[in-house]
Amino acid sequence: MSPRGVGSIAEPQVLETSDESGRRLIRISGAWNLQALVPRLPDLDQRLKRIRDPGEALWDLEDVLTMDHLGAALLRRSWGVSDASRIKARPEHQPLFRRLDASEPSRVSEARSTPHWWFLPSQWFMRVLGHLHGLVVLLGFLVLECLRMLAHPARAPWREIAANLYRTGAQALGITALVGFLIGVVLSYLSSNQLKMFGADLFIVNILGVSIIRELGPVLAAILVAGRSGSSMTAQIGVMRVTQELDAMSVMGIPHMSRLVLPKVIALAIGLPLLILWTNAIALLGGMVAAHAELGLSYRFFLDTLPSAVPIANLYLGVGKGVVFGVLIAVLACHYGMRIRPNTQSLGAGTTSSVVTAITIVIVVDAIFAVMFRHVGLGF
Amino acid sequence: MADPVVEISGLWTRFGPTVVHRGIDLDVRPGEVLGLVGGSGSGKTTLLRQMLGLERPWRGTVRVFGIDVNACSRAQLASVRNRWGVLFQNGALFSALSVYENIALALRELKVVDEDLIHDLVLSKLRMVGIEPQHARKTPAQLSGGMIKRIGLARALALDPELVFLDEPTAGLDPDRSESFVKLIQELRRELHLSVVMVTHDLDTLVSLSDRVAVLCEQRLLAVGPLREITEIDHPFVSNFFRGERGQRALEVLEDLQRLMPI
Repeated sequence: MSPRGVGSIAEPQVLETSDESGRRLIRISGAWNLQALVPRLPDLDQRLKRIRDPGEALWDLEDVLTMDHLGAALLRRSWGVSDASRIKARPEHQPLFRRLDASEPSRVSEARSTPHWWFLPSQWFMRVLGHLHGLVVLLGFLVLECLRMLAHPARAPWREIAANLYRTGAQALGITALVGFLIGVVLSYLSSNQLKMFGADLFIVNILGVSIIRELGPVLAAILVAGRSGSSMTAQIGVMRVTQELDAMSVMGIPHMSRLVLPKVIALAIGLPLLILWTNAIALLGGMVAAHAELGLSYRFFLDTLPSAVPIANLYLGVGKGVVFGVLIAVLACHYGMRIRPNTQSLGAGTTSSVVTAITIVIVVDAIFAVMFRHVGLGF
Repeated sequence: MADPVVEISGLWTRFGPTVVHRGIDLDVRPGEVLGLVGGSGSGKTTLLRQMLGLERPWRGTVRVFGIDVNACSRAQLASVRNRWGVLFQNGALFSALSVYENIALALRELKVVDEDLIHDLVLSKLRMVGIEPQHARKTPAQLSGGMIKRIGLARALALDPELVFLDEPTAGLDPDRSESFVKLIQELRRELHLSVVMVTHDLDTLVSLSDRVAVLCEQRLLAVGPLREITEIDHPFVSNFFRGERGQRALEVLEDLQRLMPI
């Protein structure tokens, strides 16, 4: 059996006696390693604390079978300075005490420095300013890249754009259809109940048409895409930072802007309006089905009335918003992705901020659109 | 002869149609340093991961401290995991935690050690690997590669393990640091009866540390034994690995050592 094997069975012992000259003698024996100590640590710690050695007792550690740093640190705490004249340890255990003694003078403070609360607003302000600055720089680069792309269309990253379009657009068709259909059904069902009371059944087409095409379709699709694609874009760029792939691209002379950011922005600017058309269609289908069931409205009537009930400007407005939302979501996602520091916590925090900010901004911009275009497409 | 610390028997590994290991039998004896060498793609790291219970072999068993790491209770696995330490190739420090917290983590997880003791232990571990206490508050992103490696070792040693796994311990260290790393391992062996399993490409490290060398080649374990015997095997991989120009230099050092200290 190895010495460690024996050691893990022998219990750590503390025995207080006195030697022939009447001096206090503390005998330590057994195994003082982690395996043996952990189950008995609170008891042993109490016993050692009760000994209270002010610096005169003798310590005999010759019978210690095995000892590691935990055991040594525990014992050493009860005698303070390891004075060789009164502490007898086996030669193989002495380096443990020496090492602990040597690191004694340096203390590492556990607390992180936190600034005074007074500075918090200014810090917050600086952070917002930093984000705005970063976004302006990013947008500037994007405009330059777009101009360059228009000048040399052959050198544009078409493959990346197509790949992004597939990932952010085509792969989101399922989830937007599901959500759009259910929202359409619910909205139609609730409105039908109200309209029935006034005998204004026919207006269901106007309500569904305007609200879905003008507001719900674009916002729903944008929020879903922000959660789906925004987060993945931020995480992708963030992981590339962590694994130094961004640096590798830089040194190979491939600019991040044209290969990473631009394709994502263009893909979402194309993909989100298309997704909005799709969401609109499915939501209207859901509304139509519910209206048929609830009010007995025929599909044919619904489809015939729709063009006259909803001015075409609403569709342009909804799709136009989609372009703006798409650019915003992609730019914010890339902005947060680029700011990620090479550690896991920053990656998580960055992805969260990206999604939360994108959704908030989508709703804010939608409100701005609503105010700006209040005279357009509402028929009065 | 004491029971082996690690016992691999009849181990086969398969990734889809590719067979990586064909019936490997390997023991790690207590107190020895076993060097694991092999060409790239020969499954050294996979074998290491199987010893750690991170990957399950297709066939065969891996026993660490007599416990089958792929078929044991959670409690058994937890007790095994308190008795070993692992240094990953790239350190694998927790990037969200400071250096101090990285090393303290395993001690804190025990739930019985108080913060004062943890502080003493962490500082002594840092000292052991030659890191100044003022770096303790830094996060891994602020450190150089060599420092990350040493702190990774300090973390692997946090619980004073009986068995240490080192994946490429000296890759990325300057020669001076490699040498002190090697000295550190030797010192720890004496003090703590450490057994070490080491995957390395660095011949100098292999020559100065390993008691036995296991050569993985063509999906099998080509040979296990002291470095001297291994170098005399007639096999293309071995002659390339050990009898290339770099190998020759390292082996000359070995011969010098053996003249000075006959075994």
